[in-house]
Amino acid sequence: MHYLRSVVTIALKDLRSEFRSKESINASLSFAMVVLLLLSFAFDPSAEQVRDFSGGLLWLVFAFASTLILNRSFARELGNDCLDALLASPLPSSALFLGKCAANWVLLMGLELACLPVFGIFYNITWWTQFPGLLLVIACATWSLTIIGTMFSALTVNLRLRELMLPILVYPMMIPALLGAIQLTTDLMAGKPIAADNELWLRLLIGFDIIFTALSTALVDTVLVG
Amino acid sequence: MNAVEVDKVWKYYGDFAALRDIDFKVDEGDCVALLGRNGAGKTTLLRIIAGLSRPARGQVRIRGGDVRDQETRRRIGLLGHGIAVYDELSAFENLRIFATIYDVPDPAKRAMEWLERTGLDRVKDGLVREFSRGMRQRLAVARAFLHEPSVLLLDEPFTALDDRAIAVLQGLLAQARSAGSTIIMSTHQLREALELASNVVLINRGHIGFQGVRTAEMLEDPGWLYRNYGEV
Repeated sequence: MHYLRSVVTIALKDLRSEFRSKESINASLSFAMVVLLLLSFAFDPSAEQVRDFSGGLLWLVFAFASTLILNRSFARELGNDCLDALLASPLPSSALFLGKCAANWVLLMGLELACLPVFGIFYNITWWTQFPGLLLVIACATWSLTIIGTMFSALTVNLRLRELMLPILVYPMMIPALLGAIQLTTDLMAGKPIAADNELWLRLLIGFDIIFTALSTALVDTVLVG
Repeated sequence: MNAVEVDKVWKYYGDFAALRDIDFKVDEGDCVALLGRNGAGKTTLLRIIAGLSRPARGQVRIRGGDVRDQETRRRIGLLGHGIAVYDELSAFENLRIFATIYDVPDPAKRAMEWLERTGLDRVKDGLVREFSRGMRQRLAVARAFLHEPSVLLLDEPFTALDDRAIAVLQGLLAQARSAGSTIIMSTHQLREALELASNVVLINRGHIGFQGVRTAEMLEDPGWLYRNYGEV
């Protein structure tokens, strides 16, 4: 029970800090909007072309924008040496990590859900026809980005070039999850539900989430303390 | 059982041995002044004792338990170089978070008690980023003490404190000593440290130059220790 309370405490702390400072949510939201806008002007795609690359376009924008949020996750703890106080406390490192993941997941979900209507307007696509399925895919794939991004945020927190290192380390690790998310999102945007032929991608996403969540929570103490 | 046991600890940064075979024990209720020049290894040693860094060789035990054990960490109070509170949160929110993490009963009540003890109750809802330096330091002291730790690790605690914060900290340290808490304090302020300390550990370039009971001679002449046992 105390473990769960600690996870919630860390998540709420991070969310409260972020909503007061708005330092990463503003940057990532405006970045995502600008990229969606610029690409719509740059290519002027037809409706059929949009259906073909909608998943790819959306998830690349989400992946790039997410690093702006994920980068701050552990870097936020460096100011005033707050990370030292947390690591010296009885808070399990895995609870600290999962709390941060929960806060990042909420922020990324907010970012992605805010981007969807904008995407629909700029690219003239009805994205909501398979909304429950789309929400499930976004939720699973966002957890994948979150778990990998938060883990590498912990790994790079003491590096001087962490803003550069995080994307370099994170994107290759995200490839399996991004492939699944892109494939499923493209299908769902085209009005095709999750069925036997594309269910494998959803299983891949869920498997990815389970494996990396277990690995990360097991390794995070070693990553943070050395 | 010793309160703190530092057993043949070595720590390297690359090839550089920052700590070499550091070995000492601290009894329950003792107050140890950890002395040494800049770069001697005091902060590195305190970080290892606090479980923030792992030694390359040797081990540290607090009341017989590993420093990374949850139960052991519950006993530690750490006041480091940084204030370790969040600028975007209020004083009350900061203390409530740490009280919750330390599983203190009724965290909100404990947070309020400590805000009153450190004279910050009137600004409890103010964001820390709007606080003066002295107020931030008092909040840091409250954060380190609010779970009533039995082992206090203080890294240059009086450095950059204002008069009021020094008075608050000295009062709390005196109370902690009378309550039987164990204190390890690294400092450059020899006179203040030696007045409070029961024992002294002097570190010279990563190894122990002196360890023992603080004598009246040290108190009369704080430079005596460095002249006799300090690095040449």
